Amino acid sequence: MEELLQILRKVKPGVDFEGKTDLFESGVLDSMTIVMLAAEINDEFDIDIQVTDIVPENFNSAESILAMIRRHQEEDD
Amino acid sequence: MKNILEYLEHTAENHPDKIGFTDEQRDVTFFELMQNAQRIAGSLARIGCRKPVAVLIDRNVRCIEAMFAAVYAGNFYVVIDVHSPETRIHSILETLHPAAIITDNEWLPLAKKLAGASFAEMIILYEDAVLREINRDHLMRIRGQMIDTDPLYVLFTSGSSGMPKGTVLSHRSVISYTTWVSEQFEFGADTVFGSQTPLYFSMSVTDLFSTIKCGSTYHMIPKTYFTFPIKLVEFLNERKINTIYWVPSALAIVSNWNVFDFARPEHLQKILFAGEVMPVKHLNYWRRYLPDCLYANLFGPTETTDICSFYVVDRNFADSDSLPIGRACDNCDTFLLTEEGIRASRAGEEGEIVVRGSFLADGYYNEPEKTAAVFTQNPLNTAFPERIYRTGDLARLNEKGEFIYISRKDFQIKRMGYRIELGEIEAAAGSIEKVKSAAALYDADAGRILVIYEGSIKDTDEVLQQTADKVPPYMRPDEVIRIKQMPYNANGKIDRQRLLKEYCGA
Repeated sequence: MEELLQILRKVKPGVDFEGKTDLFESGVLDSMTIVMLAAEINDEFDIDIQVTDIVPENFNSAESILAMIRRHQEEDD
Repeated sequence: MKNILEYLEHTAENHPDKIGFTDEQRDVTFFELMQNAQRIAGSLARIGCRKPVAVLIDRNVRCIEAMFAAVYAGNFYVVIDVHSPETRIHSILETLHPAAIITDNEWLPLAKKLAGASFAEMIILYEDAVLREINRDHLMRIRGQMIDTDPLYVLFTSGSSGMPKGTVLSHRSVISYTTWVSEQFEFGADTVFGSQTPLYFSMSVTDLFSTIKCGSTYHMIPKTYFTFPIKLVEFLNERKINTIYWVPSALAIVSNWNVFDFARPEHLQKILFAGEVMPVKHLNYWRRYLPDCLYANLFGPTETTDICSFYVVDRNFADSDSLPIGRACDNCDTFLLTEEGIRASRAGEEGEIVVRGSFLADGYYNEPEKTAAVFTQNPLNTAFPERIYRTGDLARLNEKGEFIYISRKDFQIKRMGYRIELGEIEAAAGSIEKVKSAAALYDADAGRILVIYEGSIKDTDEVLQQTADKVPPYMRPDEVIRIKQMPYNANGKIDRQRLLKEYCGA
């Protein structure tokens, strides 16, 4: 989780991500940052996020993003 | 035919209950649109005619109603990008001196702030104005005074200097352009547009006016759908969209995410694009999955209403080829002038694209010098006054008689005596597999060529090498930088000014 939070802070500085569950709806993450975030996650976690992952539900909290990353890591194992 | 409102009235009469426009919240029929515009027009009666009316409303159906309201009142509209920085809006309003600002409850606070206390009476609130009674005498009196060379709208674009300038377009220009585009692509009552472009961008003219002329349907695609591409395809299918006219960057989102492996548009028939160079790699992706659609590359600046030349894709291209911009539109003379600007280019010879005819804008609002610099006398005609517009874009004719776009005039650089096309370097980098988008920049102070790219290749040397393999040695980039997200401007095009600022200190 700490690794992900670091990425989130890098992509969108000055936001407290912990406990937030409406990152997309509230506008904390917009279109631009989600694409950037996906690229960062791909690099850092060495996974390949697919377009089917790019839905608002997966990006509304740090937990949901992490859950998506875990799913990918399990698939790759 | 002298006024674009005739399109709307004709369609409202023939298809009164047909849905003309939709946004996320609302659908509006042609009849409702006409009526609401006529109602709002009443509140503009006191400002007189042929005055600028700023429309400060987000991208939705209310905005379209307000635009037509300005026209019903004998004025011309200026759609303001409500999301742009306040300083930019300020600079637009200073050039424009609007006689009124139409806004809605959502943007009223911004309108008040921009207008200042002493101009509070300038503000017309949509929610109030739309409840007025229609004053038919007023509307008829105004229509009787209007002529087809009256301005219809002013559209502000960011010049290369960064200072926005307002291009003035008349009813005549928009009627001429809409006649061509709707006949060329056979738009009709069965056309369903999925609109990507904001209403303050020249490309929006095509689907907006074709819709009111032909009685088509115009769905505004919410911007967030371009973030969630699967939803985008679902939207296209739900609304049975069969025609799109998008910027290439928007089409590239679909190919970059390989969306068609997961979801496919079921109703698309016509895919038109303009606004920036279309990388063939992305076109090929679309053609592979949707081989039966019509694809057309349109080219033109705001100053020619929207478009001056076009190419309907009729053959195959390799990923690294460049797509022609084709030939002049009907009733629009597009030709090339040599560098000295006094003689027509010969076959194969490079020249500046210039345009003659009714598609031309009248000039820039309150900018006589900028107008005179690019709207000039046709140097090939010394017998009588005849205006041309110099686009500042370079092209040449190929052996098939098609225009091949080269680059912006100011995009062409000279280094160590060699003439270098940044566009060519950009196309080379952009055609590399796993490079999602690329931009070539010239740092004039340092004399260096930079390539900025977004993509999953982490090793920038690999991109440098593959780019260098495709261009002459003197065009080899000096540095390649990988970024996580290519910046895009409000119209959805690559934001070069931001890249220049960031990487070249310009």
